[in-house]
Amino acid sequence: MQDLSWLQIILKSAIAFAPVWIALALTFALSIRYRRRLGLYGKLFDSTVGMIGFAIVMFWIFTALFADLIITHDPLVQLSGMKNKLPGTAIANAAEGVYPWYLLGGDNLARDVFSRMVMGAREVLKIAPAATVFAFMVGITLGLPAGYFAGKFDTILSFIANLVLAFPVILLFYLLVTPEIVETGIPIWFAAALFLFPVIFFTVLFNSRFHMLPARRNLYVGLTLLIGLWAWAGLAFNKDPTGLFSMSPNMLNVFVSVVFVNSPGVFRIVRGLVMDIKARDYVAAGQTRGEGPWYIMLWEILPNARGPLIVDFCLRIGYTTILLGTLGFFGLGVSPESPDWGSTIDDGRRLLAIFPHAALVPAIALMSLVLGLNLLADGLREESLKD
Amino acid sequence: MFAFILRRSGVMLLTVLALTFIVFWLTNLPPNLEKLAKSEASVRMTDAEVASWLDRNGYGSSTLNRYGQWLGVVPGWTREEDGRFTGRCISGTATSLDDAPTRCGILQGAWGYSTVFKQPVADVIKRSLSMTSWLMLWVMIVMVPTALILGVLSGMREGSWTDRILSGFAIITTATPEYVSGVIFIVIFASATVGISPVLTELGWIEGKTLFQGTATAAMDKITFWNFALPVMTIALYGIGYIARMTRASMTEVMSQQYIRTARLKGVSFRQVVMKHALRNALIAPFTVIMLQFPWLLNGVVIVETLFNYKGFGWTLVQAAGNNDIPLLLGCSVVAVVVVLITQLISDIGYVFLNPRIRLS
Repeated sequence: MQDLSWLQIILKSAIAFAPVWIALALTFALSIRYRRRLGLYGKLFDSTVGMIGFAIVMFWIFTALFADLIITHDPLVQLSGMKNKLPGTAIANAAEGVYPWYLLGGDNLARDVFSRMVMGAREVLKIAPAATVFAFMVGITLGLPAGYFAGKFDTILSFIANLVLAFPVILLFYLLVTPEIVETGIPIWFAAALFLFPVIFFTVLFNSRFHMLPARRNLYVGLTLLIGLWAWAGLAFNKDPTGLFSMSPNMLNVFVSVVFVNSPGVFRIVRGLVMDIKARDYVAAGQTRGEGPWYIMLWEILPNARGPLIVDFCLRIGYTTILLGTLGFFGLGVSPESPDWGSTIDDGRRLLAIFPHAALVPAIALMSLVLGLNLLADGLREESLKD
Repeated sequence: MFAFILRRSGVMLLTVLALTFIVFWLTNLPPNLEKLAKSEASVRMTDAEVASWLDRNGYGSSTLNRYGQWLGVVPGWTREEDGRFTGRCISGTATSLDDAPTRCGILQGAWGYSTVFKQPVADVIKRSLSMTSWLMLWVMIVMVPTALILGVLSGMREGSWTDRILSGFAIITTATPEYVSGVIFIVIFASATVGISPVLTELGWIEGKTLFQGTATAAMDKITFWNFALPVMTIALYGIGYIARMTRASMTEVMSQQYIRTARLKGVSFRQVVMKHALRNALIAPFTVIMLQFPWLLNGVVIVETLFNYKGFGWTLVQAAGNNDIPLLLGCSVVAVVVVLITQLISDIGYVFLNPRIRLS
């Protein structure tokens, strides 16, 4: 087999991404067709910036979903003779059924850079959005009462939030994401505390709305508690008997640290929004009607704060992606073999001046994902301000 | 005003105490101490030997007590063995306790002894901070004016092409963390095989093999444009985007105010309006943002110093954390936390000074 030229590399990579292109085309065709019925999501397609951002983000989401179909080699397998080979190098004496090129070259352990980059998308998108969701659950559950009730509760929580925010993130990671900490079992208790917030959030959410209709209340709250506590036991304590919810100790530690670092930021934003919104007339009307404070917070204030929160959510996923990359860059990641982008950049930087492709490919991938999220947030902000 | 500063300082002190205690607790967890004992004495110690080593070296008391000793408010530990004394405040052994001070913590200026560098922590931190202050100085010189000019230019006429291009640039830089931009810069400017350096060498435009140097180790002796441009650019770039966006937002808000329109209608030229009426009001918000950027700049410093092998504060922090050097790590955290909190305080006070609408009483 011949080595590939740059044009051929681009073509072959584009063909490898075929499932992603199809999925993207379908998403866009359907969304643009029905955009008038899709609320804020539909309006996104009126803004060019938002559409570009959405396309980039969806590209990486579909890449993560279809990673198994896209990869040309096993991301962990090393092929002899392919160490530090340039992009487009043909594999010498390739066996039958093996893809005959390393599309974006080989890394310093002779693994395929292209496949590692694709699998890295899955690694990153497995953690970043989920961690952001948990951070939002913690931030909202604490920020709503802090902003609404104010007083001592608010003072204490704000002090703690500022405490965490004053910590240089890297120092915190170096203290929290170490094998010694895993040994002490602290991450488990941390996780137990942080993962309880979504359960509390949904329980209060349903209870405040349906407490007048005991039958429905019991159904919703019961289901929340059942599923929530099941997942909670599985994720935090690894005690799920069915094994559906579980996380390896290292992964749990990374996840918990990222949630912990992000929550105070969300808390501050939610608190600020609540303080602003609670002075509005419709909140006063709710109070006059005799609605409970939690109903007002969760069903009157929160929906009206959704615009800025959605925008912040997009930005924060990007920030979390950067944080995860930082962790990988300092070798504090999930596992040394992991193809996540931060670790790959760290692996590649040692030979950066001679063989740049191994570090450059994941670096550009990470940058494009964060850029996509930022553009998406900009588009959403623009469109949500128009109402 | 005075009461405000006093109250803020009080909260700050409390924050420093809380944060240093958390760091102390996290670095002094049993597994860390076990690792310390094994690296200091012998790797093949049994659990009982580890326990007795820790006890002999003053790690036997409670965490709170040891935190007090480290801080210098609780008397340092002492131990008598066959008429010879060892203790926190005694180097080596002594025959009596009379010469040694009772308390020696960071309040007395005793920061401890670094196990990695085999030097007093205070010396290590002083040296690394002086390195990093040069880096920060150049970052500030590059970052602040660039960001403000970009922000003002794009916020001056919202929606113009200048605005769109500059905003696009700003959004790209905020999406590029230091470890990505650093890698890209090295590939483009500091590689002898790829990027623009080989082209320039061939054309004979540059001496040597690369346009810039990919490591900043040489900059520790003598800073030159050649060896310092890339690290400074890498840190500055991330901040530029963020500050420029804040400046732009603040500038567009000011430019839509009534008094700007009045000034324009009076016949004041656009230049004059921007320079005299808008600029000062538009720069209040970015000032706060620049100050609050410090925690993130500290992050950038750690990444860039590791990437470019510049032995400053960030590099020291990584070495301390990576090698379980507890005294040095504690010292670094104190410095980092204090720097962050002081910048927050300056930002608060400066905001009040700059914004005449806020009166504290």
